This record gives sequence, structure tokens and C-alpha cells, in this order.
Amino acid sequence: MSENSPIIEMRGVNKWYGNYHALRDINFTVNRGDKIVICGPSGSGKSTMIRTLNWLEAHQEGEIIVDGVHLHEKMKDIDKVRMEVGMVFQHFNLFPHLSVLQNLMAAPMWVRGIAKAEARETAMKYLERVRIPEQADKYPGQLSGGQQQRVAIARSLCMNPKVMLFDEPTSALDPEMVSEVLDTMVSLAQDGMTMVCVTHEMGFAKAVADRVIFMDAGEIIEENEPVQFFENPQNERTRNFLGQILQH
Amino acid sequence: MLYADTVTSGPLVHKSGTIIVLMVVVATLLFTLFNLTGTIFGELMRPVIGEPAESGLYGRFATGLVVAILFVLNIVLIGFLKFQFQVIIVWLQLLVLFLAFFYGFDLDFNFIRSKVWFMVSQGVFTTLYVSAISIALASVLAIVGAVAKLSSNGFAYAIASFYTSFFRGLPLLMQVYLIYLGLPQLGYVINAVPAGILALTLCYGAYMTEIFRAGIQSIPKGQWEASRSLGFKFGLTMRRIILPQSLPLIIPPTGNQFIAMLKDSSLVSVIGVWELMFLARTLGNKTFQHMEMLITAALIYWALSMCLELAQGRIERHFRTKSH
Repeated sequence: MSENSPIIEMRGVNKWYGNYHALRDINFTVNRGDKIVICGPSGSGKSTMIRTLNWLEAHQEGEIIVDGVHLHEKMKDIDKVRMEVGMVFQHFNLFPHLSVLQNLMAAPMWVRGIAKAEARETAMKYLERVRIPEQADKYPGQLSGGQQQRVAIARSLCMNPKVMLFDEPTSALDPEMVSEVLDTMVSLAQDGMTMVCVTHEMGFAKAVADRVIFMDAGEIIEENEPVQFFENPQNERTRNFLGQILQH
Repeated sequence: MLYADTVTSGPLVHKSGTIIVLMVVVATLLFTLFNLTGTIFGELMRPVIGEPAESGLYGRFATGLVVAILFVLNIVLIGFLKFQFQVIIVWLQLLVLFLAFFYGFDLDFNFIRSKVWFMVSQGVFTTLYVSAISIALASVLAIVGAVAKLSSNGFAYAIASFYTSFFRGLPLLMQVYLIYLGLPQLGYVINAVPAGILALTLCYGAYMTEIFRAGIQSIPKGQWEASRSLGFKFGLTMRRIILPQSLPLIIPPTGNQFIAMLKDSSLVSVIGVWELMFLARTLGNKTFQHMEMLITAALIYWALSMCLELAQGRIERHFRTKSH
């Protein structure tokens, strides 16, 4: 695949949970270097959509192509795709029985087979990057929520991913810790990382997004550049949603 | 410990109501059920009740009352102590009572002394060796069984659930017989020790399958998702992420199982394995000194279990301090 080909493509993707139609005919492309923000009311399918991108959730219809690989249920090596796709969760999901440093070294050593010394070096590099190198030997339970989320971001970065997925990375944080995580994400964006973020942080969207996507009831309702999206929303539902979250 | 409230009303045994009720109950019990005048207490009461054997109901009542007073006084005094000292003293007193009970059997200690070394070297060794091998094999079986029971594969689930249902549903004693006597029918002659180990392994593997399954299931889904999204395969996730986190939940009930197995290993004595129970039954046979050997074996089993309890406590503490 060439460097110009999209890193992620979804074509006509549909997903059901039993009878519930969770994703309806999603068409969506992420080019290398893009920063995409996805927003929408709860239950709109935005988390489901981002989780289909590394196939933590399976889709039933349509095509999802990540880094040139079609995702489907008979595929041999989903792990190869997942190694290239970093994911940051709402609840961090750090490994509580491993120290911060071990959390960061685990995947490079066990999955990529990188030597311990090199993995440690990379881990420390990214801990400095998220500005908590002094916490390296602590356990996740000893850190604040914001610090844990930054460790989780660093953990993904250690695998040197081609794209990073963020699934509501600040929703579980105390208000005073949101900005430290957003700062990390902004600096990541400025370094050219390809990012897909499900978030309600509209300041973040305005600052870094190339495109903002609004989802409702499993559908992409509107997709636009941030300035257009916020100042001139086309759809009634988008206007309602923005009205609600921007009031505060 | 249970949740400790910040407001306490003082020790229960220092309330006058409790003391009176205890006193009345103990005195009545002693008076009605036991004639203490024939014991050391009766001797001590001689200045008050005269010749103990002839003191009649009065002597019986007075002795019972005095012993009840001593008993309640003892409890009230212990009530003033700190928790740890209370535990130690109550333990020691119960132990003394117990030994006094055994002592009352008029045992032949020379006979015990002559046999105890053989019981330890042969019996304890075999018991520990059979139990340790069985618990190790059962753990392996339990991991496989737990994964199979959580699997979406119909065959795996069916086989695992059939296995646990069958081996939890049959008395262990029957399994021991079935394996020792049944396998030779199929042409496999099996020695007593391997047959015993096989029976214990299969039975405890079935119980422990459920322990491991619960342990694995208690780990939040997010741990799987994080592992898989980093490119971990199933086996790696299980080995490095899920099982290490389940261990603090798996170890206490597994320790419990090990203690239970230590004692259930006595069931393999029926097929002639020279473990502790077998020796306890056979060593005293020749001279009809059954009680001596049974009590000795009982105390040895108890001592072994206590060692295991202590070890289990240490391991639990280790895991509790490790994961914060």
C-alpha cells in the first residue's frame, strides 16, 4: 500500500446487536495524518464505531479496511492490525499488577519481541513525553486518573502505532485532570500522529481536528471542518446537540 | 475483619447482664450434667464441703457454683486484654481443655512414643507427597477446565461441564474404589498410590475448575480489551494479564482445597496406601490400642493443617501488598 492510501476506510458498514441497529451504513475515510473528532449523544454509536476500527467489536455488513487489511471474522491475523492501531479507553484499562514501566514495556517485549533494554529506553522516552517519568516504578493504583490516562497513552505509543484511537479519554476524569490529558493529545496531534477521537471536548476539536463528525442513532449525520461544523451546522440534530453541550 | 463501627459499647463480657446470665447457665449446666466432686475441684473444696464423696447434692452444687464463678471471672479478665492477647489466651485455654479431654482416655504414652516416628516418617511423608502431587495436577486440570467452561466452543464446554458435574457428584471414596478396582477391569492394572493420586486429582480438579473460572471471570473486560488492542493473543493475555490478577482471588479458596485434600487423602487408605490414616488404623491393631494411634494421627493432621493455614495467610498477605 502506498503512503497516500487512507489508513482507515469504512464502506457501507452496518452492525446490529440482536435486533438493535447500532451502526447504519457508515462511510468514513481517515487519511494518514488526519485528526478526526467524533461526537454525538450517548447511545449514538460513536464508541461502537471506533471499536470496530480495531475489531474489538465485529461488524456484519460492509467493509472496514485498516492499513490495507480487510477486517473480517475469518481473518488469520487480527493481532498484526491491532499492533499498528493504538487505543486509549475511557477507563484507562492499565494492568494493575504491573508497574507503570512494565505496563509500557509489556507489549513491545511480548508482542514485538523487542529486547528488554531497548523496550525500557522506549518506555522512558514516552513517559517523559507525557511528562511523568518520575512515576515509572509506581503501580497504576497509586496514580491520579489524569496520570493513569497519560500512562495509557504512552503505553499505546510504545508500540509505535500508525493511528491512535481515543474512546472518550477524558470522560471518566475529574474536571481538573481533563486538561493535562488534552494537552498530551494536542501535542501528539502537533507531531503529526493520525488520530480518531470520540470526545465531547469541543475546545480540543476546534484546536486540532481536521474534521468533526456528528453521529446520532448509529448514523453519521454530519461531517465537516471544525469552523464550518461549529459556526454553520447544517443539520437540525447537530444544531440541537451543539446547543446543548455548548451552553455550559 | 468485618466493618468496624466507630461507636462501640464496650466488651460484651463486661455487661452485668451477660455476666449474670453466663454464671447462671454455666452453674446450672455443671450442677445438672457433671458431678465435679470426684475431681480435683472437689478436693480443693474439701474445707467447705467436707469429704467430697459424701457431700451429696450440696457438695455438687457448691463445687459447680465455684467453678462457674472461676469460669466467668476468667472471661471477664480476658475481656480487659487487647485483641491479640485475647486470641492467644483463649486459644491456649481451649487447647488445654482439649488435651485434658484426650488425657482422660488414659492413653499409653510409651506406645505412642514408640510408633510416632514411624507415623511421621512414613505416614506424614506419604500424605504430603500424595496431596502435593494431586493439588499440583488438579491446578493444571482446573485451568484447562476453567478455560473450557468459559469457552464458546460447545465441545469444550460440554466436556468440561460433564467432568465437573460427574466428579463433584460422586463421593470421593467411591471414586477411589472405581479407579482402583475399575481400571484393572479395562486391562490397566494400577498401583495404589497412582490410583489415589488420580482420584484426588480428578475430584479436586473438578472443584478447583469452578474456583479458577470464578477467578478468571472476576477480571474486568477492559483488561482483555486493552491486551487484545495491543496485539496480545489469547494465551499471552491469559498468562501474563488475567491469571496473575486472578491469583489473589484464586489462592485463598485453593489453600482451603489443599487443606481439605490433605485430610481427604485419608480416603486412599482404603486401597492400602501407607499414609497417615492407614498407619493409624493398622499400627494399633495388634494390641487393641486404637485410640492412641487415632489421637496421634488426629493431632498430626491438625498440625499439618495449621502449617498450611499459616502458609496460606502469608501468601495472601503477599498478594494483598503487591497489588494496591
